[in-house]
Amino acid sequence: MPVTIIEVSDLSKHYKVPVRQAGLKAATRSLFKRTYNTIRAVDGISFTIQPGEVVGFLGPNGAGKTTTLKMLSGLLFPTAGDPKVLGFQPSRRQMDFLSQITLVMGNRSQLSWDLPALDSFELQRAIYAIPRAEFIRTRDEFIELLELTGLVNKPVRNLSLGERMKVEIIGALLHQPKVLFLDEPTIGLDVTMQRRIRTFVEEYNRRTGATVLLTSHYMADVEALCKRVIVIHNGKLLFDGDLAALVDRFSAFKTIGVTLANGFGSFNQYGEVLDQDAGHVTIRIPREKTPDVTARILAEQHVDDMTIEDPPIGDIIEKVFAQKSAET
Amino acid sequence: MKRYIDFYLTAMKFAVLEQVQYRAQNYFYMVGMIVEPTIYLVVWTTIARQQGGSVGGYTTGGLAAYYIVWTLVRQMNVVLTPYDWENRIQHGRLSMELMRPMHPIHWDVAYFAGWKFVMVFLWIPIAVVLSLIFKPTLNPTGWQVGGFFIAIWGAYLVRTMMYEMLGLITLWTTRVSAIFELFFALELILSGRFVPMTLMPAWVQHIAYYLPFQWTFFFPINSLVGSPAPIDLLTGLGMQLMWILIGVAVVKVVWHFGIHRFSSVGN
Repeated sequence: MPVTIIEVSDLSKHYKVPVRQAGLKAATRSLFKRTYNTIRAVDGISFTIQPGEVVGFLGPNGAGKTTTLKMLSGLLFPTAGDPKVLGFQPSRRQMDFLSQITLVMGNRSQLSWDLPALDSFELQRAIYAIPRAEFIRTRDEFIELLELTGLVNKPVRNLSLGERMKVEIIGALLHQPKVLFLDEPTIGLDVTMQRRIRTFVEEYNRRTGATVLLTSHYMADVEALCKRVIVIHNGKLLFDGDLAALVDRFSAFKTIGVTLANGFGSFNQYGEVLDQDAGHVTIRIPREKTPDVTARILAEQHVDDMTIEDPPIGDIIEKVFAQKSAET
Repeated sequence: MKRYIDFYLTAMKFAVLEQVQYRAQNYFYMVGMIVEPTIYLVVWTTIARQQGGSVGGYTTGGLAAYYIVWTLVRQMNVVLTPYDWENRIQHGRLSMELMRPMHPIHWDVAYFAGWKFVMVFLWIPIAVVLSLIFKPTLNPTGWQVGGFFIAIWGAYLVRTMMYEMLGLITLWTTRVSAIFELFFALELILSGRFVPMTLMPAWVQHIAYYLPFQWTFFFPINSLVGSPAPIDLLTGLGMQLMWILIGVAVVKVVWHFGIHRFSSVGN
């Protein structure tokens, strides 16, 4: 196995898109003369991913996340750059390459709507030429892990959205891929179902050492699974590093929650009071003042309990995008 | 090779399982499919009767045999259409199929081959009813039956290749309906689908001989209901093989260029 599982260097994908004004006149004119715009969906991004890493790939809608995943899985040909996945050039779509990866899209299904999932699993076995004993062992193990016993006999159309996503994931992992491209795998699911799928991905990664590149708009997914995140915006890479480092770099504030022993006190002198009710107060303070302010609170107030937290990761990411949009 | 045999058998079984989910829909589909040949049959038998019992060498019984066998050949000729290609691209299905370590054409061929087992099974009672009404004259030899069996699968593969070629245009344009309609008109006239080729003017028959269309309809039907010599059967099967090989080569080339253009839209 190569040391680096995914190697991306100056990867770009540009689309030529026809544009025209609204209305009949413009439509008629476009029959004879078309105007095109070049959309830089992905614009010269570079990164590498090591074996077994679970990396969050973050960005707002239209940032270029899915386009990147499609190029890495061999669905799209890059305009520039020559990515390598498992040592293969994805755009060549070699059978050995496709047998070792999977792409799960939260809004796409590869299972037959009309048949029980078990029939679709059998088709996956034949497509990937999985030895039958290994197939049965893996299938049954996954069904048990995702608590789907009794549901895989029902036609897929009769399953709930969450159940469908779970059988979808089983179908995508039956051949035990070494690289997982997960594009919004928990989209539209309730919190419990999101957690189940997260736990399953985590377990799969732990057991097989597979590499995972995950896009999700649910920060809970990212926080639970990814130590490292790559952030892109308008096709350009904004950040690549530890999730903790992202917080350090882009979060200028910390939130301090104080539970008071005597149930009351004044906190305006420490920072911005976000919330205060009987016995509890939440304040926001500049990050660099945290040691000083906590020491002062402990010295000056009757503190029963105290928490110091970073703001929610979602807020931080939002802030990154807002900041970069303002710059461009 | 073993891998592909396993895949083809599994995919064919999968197609059968999907089809049997909707029994009523299948029967309505079959009923819809026999409307077209029944109209042709009624028109031509009426003309034959007015001309003293035959037209272009076909008796009313011969015409009945032609169009009843037509209904079977039509089922065998059902393949993935360019409309389906549009649909599979617009709804993102092609993206999922491209993730498989196998060319999507294998799925198309296997799936529609399996589909035929259900359709041919449903066709039997319809053929019986049509035979009771129109009284076909059909006396094939063993050679003809054997040739017909191979020819209907050959026809399926020839038509698959033609329609895959058309469908692949969607990798460039996303919409191919207009091109398909033109192709469909040519096929209707030059395949023997609308009228037996022997009833067409000689120059049309001459042109059609060098095109793939008639090897998908007229040839398999005629191999059973006509009186071809064994050499004619072998020549026809050879023509089918040639068109299959040409189709495979063209699909391979078009695929190579088309897949570079694929933009994986809509998902």
